[in-house]
Amino acid sequence: MIYLDNAATSWPKPKAVYQAMDRFMNQVGANPGRSGHRLSIEAGRVVYETRESLAWLFNIDDPLRIIFTSNATEALNVAINGVLRPGDHAITSSMEHNSVMRPLRALQERGVELTVVSCSKEGFLDPGGIEKAIKPNTRLIVLNRASNVVGTLLPVIEVGAIARRHGVLFCIDAAQSAGAYPLDVSFTKVDLLAFTGHKSLFGPQGTGGLYVRQGVEDVVEPLMRGGTGSRSDSEHQPDFLPDKYESGTPNTVGLAGLGAGVQFVLSRGVNALREKEEKLMHHLIEGLGAIPGVTLYGSGDAREQVAVLSFNIAGIASSEVAIRLDEEYDILCRPGLQCAPIAHRTLGTFPGGTVRVSPGYFTTEDEVDIVIKAVCNIARVLR
Amino acid sequence: MLSKKNEVGQSGPFSVVLFHSISGALRAEKLLKAESVSLKMIPVPRHLSSDCGICIRFERADELKVEGILGRSKLEIQGIHQI
Ligand SMILES: Cc1ncc(COP(=O)(O)O)c(C=O)c1O
Repeated sequence: MIYLDNAATSWPKPKAVYQAMDRFMNQVGANPGRSGHRLSIEAGRVVYETRESLAWLFNIDDPLRIIFTSNATEALNVAINGVLRPGDHAITSSMEHNSVMRPLRALQERGVELTVVSCSKEGFLDPGGIEKAIKPNTRLIVLNRASNVVGTLLPVIEVGAIARRHGVLFCIDAAQSAGAYPLDVSFTKVDLLAFTGHKSLFGPQGTGGLYVRQGVEDVVEPLMRGGTGSRSDSEHQPDFLPDKYESGTPNTVGLAGLGAGVQFVLSRGVNALREKEEKLMHHLIEGLGAIPGVTLYGSGDAREQVAVLSFNIAGIASSEVAIRLDEEYDILCRPGLQCAPIAHRTLGTFPGGTVRVSPGYFTTEDEVDIVIKAVCNIARVLR
Repeated sequence: MLSKKNEVGQSGPFSVVLFHSISGALRAEKLLKAESVSLKMIPVPRHLSSDCGICIRFERADELKVEGILGRSKLEIQGIHQI
């Protein structure tokens, strides 16, 4: 079986991830930072170590500026709903995932103004278009770092500089890029960085988080309030990080796994992981692009994207291609709109969608060859 | 099960440093251990706070050192108390 759905969730994970989760469940198991006994403290350390590893990865000075959530979606909801109020203006791109678009559309119905800046049909964004959209009431710009449909990289460094110059908050959705493409918060001017744990950071599902730049917490309301283990004498939510945004018992076993996943990324190095994926992608783009009847979407250049590729075969629905790849060739991928209808409108593939293949760290060149042959066979029979 | 005796070699008298959050205390633990401060994580003594949290107990002789390390890290503390 060939698993080519790493953009949905990476699988398999490095062995160390399973081991860390097993160790936590069998040897620690307690509620972190609630009780003060040694197992509770050890559980707290597990969570803290994961925070610190992520701080290394993104070059964040203070690990406590990272808050944990159950996924990127929750982190984006904290950022978007926490900042925007009726009368505010927000800007985003036409390549976003629904975890950005749906919260923004819902706020639009409640009096938030929204500008969606159009990207090219390859999925590229001109940073000048963002700057032109800024108005006196613009509060927030939200952009993904890499598209989940075609992998295209958006110019977050340039947009970050523009946002800072205009005094507008900048939020990055790094769900597809964290661990797969370098991001340094001391270099990229970002106020809120949302990531998910279960894709290129190799953690289990149900993990993710949000980096909140120093001082920005003053203007971001929490989504939930509740017990934090701190200030137990007060009936009011603490205003310091991470507790302001971390109420309730966390997914400690998941965070144990995420910590091991991030350590794996750090030990290999993001640049080395990136190089490996870029080679696979180059191979895949060349191979699929040469098949008569196959249309590739996106940049067409492995250097300008992460390891996500969308294509269609003329005359056959994306869902049909995916079923045949699964049943006849044992290849697992994702067809359709991939939770990003606006990205597909931009690419010209709405409403049919595309076949999305996403290799990962454990994908081999031989497997890519098998995939190319399989698509070739499906396309040939049709012609 | 984790060993009870993972923090040894302390004799007292002691001071404790209190933090706003458990995460803050855990960050401080790593910072202080990196500078070889002998310490133990303990529940906050009841007379110091009504909180259910944890704090760091260390030898009183290390007070200045602890203050210095935490000050340089810009980690906000709730206070240092002799116990
Ligand atoms: C670009 C992008 N943003 C956000 C998400 C949401 O991530 P999660 O499902 O972990 O919340 C995904 C993946 O599903 C994504 O690809």
